[in-house]
Amino acid sequence: MNEMSVPRARRTDPGLGSNSDIGAKLRAFYGAVQDQPIPDKFLDLLEKLDQVEQASKRKV
Amino acid sequence: MLEQPPSFKRELLATLPSLRAFAVSLSGRHDKADDLVQDTMMKAWAKQDSFQMGTNIKAWLFTILRNEFYSQMRKRGREVQDTDGAFTERMSVHPSQYGVLDMADFKKALDSLPHDQREAIVLIGASGFSYEEAAEICNCAVGTMKSRVSRARTRLQEQLGISGEADYGPDAVSAQVTSQGF
Repeated sequence: MNEMSVPRARRTDPGLGSNSDIGAKLRAFYGAVQDQPIPDKFLDLLEKLDQVEQASKRKV
Repeated sequence: MLEQPPSFKRELLATLPSLRAFAVSLSGRHDKADDLVQDTMMKAWAKQDSFQMGTNIKAWLFTILRNEFYSQMRKRGREVQDTDGAFTERMSVHPSQYGVLDMADFKKALDSLPHDQREAIVLIGASGFSYEEAAEICNCAVGTMKSRVSRARTRLQEQLGISGEADYGPDAVSAQVTSQGF
């Protein structure tokens, strides 16, 4: 009883496909942010979260 | 010693660029978007036990970020969104066939959409989710998602004064962007 496997003819709406102007602009807009390097503060935060977790495990 | 699979961190890291782009499209501003991403990272880290490795971490993280965004909006009350110059500035360094002005117009049009329509068209048109996944992230029916996307598209086309089909011929930019995978 899993409905996840319903076959889908196409993934995106034809109006947002590679030939649509709106779709292209949307992806260019989104891609411009996505292609920026990950800010150091995010990497620092991840490291900190990881360290805190490791430290708390050592204490236990 | 490694009770938590170390790959949670890796997967979170791998999803950050698209998560950040989604945050920018939701909040309309870079500084707020980055705060939102940080809050999301902390939330996700705290509840990583509830995430099942191997399932769709991207959809899981998008859901957390979206919930966080709306709960912060409710707390603050409705703020007027202001478009930041920083965004278009950064935009201009991105190699693109579209001019900076053209992209600024597009952002303005995108910002003018109601929240539900904007997130719908971004999730489907840019983040690469299926209608089913997007509906789950937004906690709505698939049909609702489809109609939001359709209304958003119509509105954007009206505002930008363009037809649905390509005016510019084959577009190298989107092919390039989509081939990188989200």
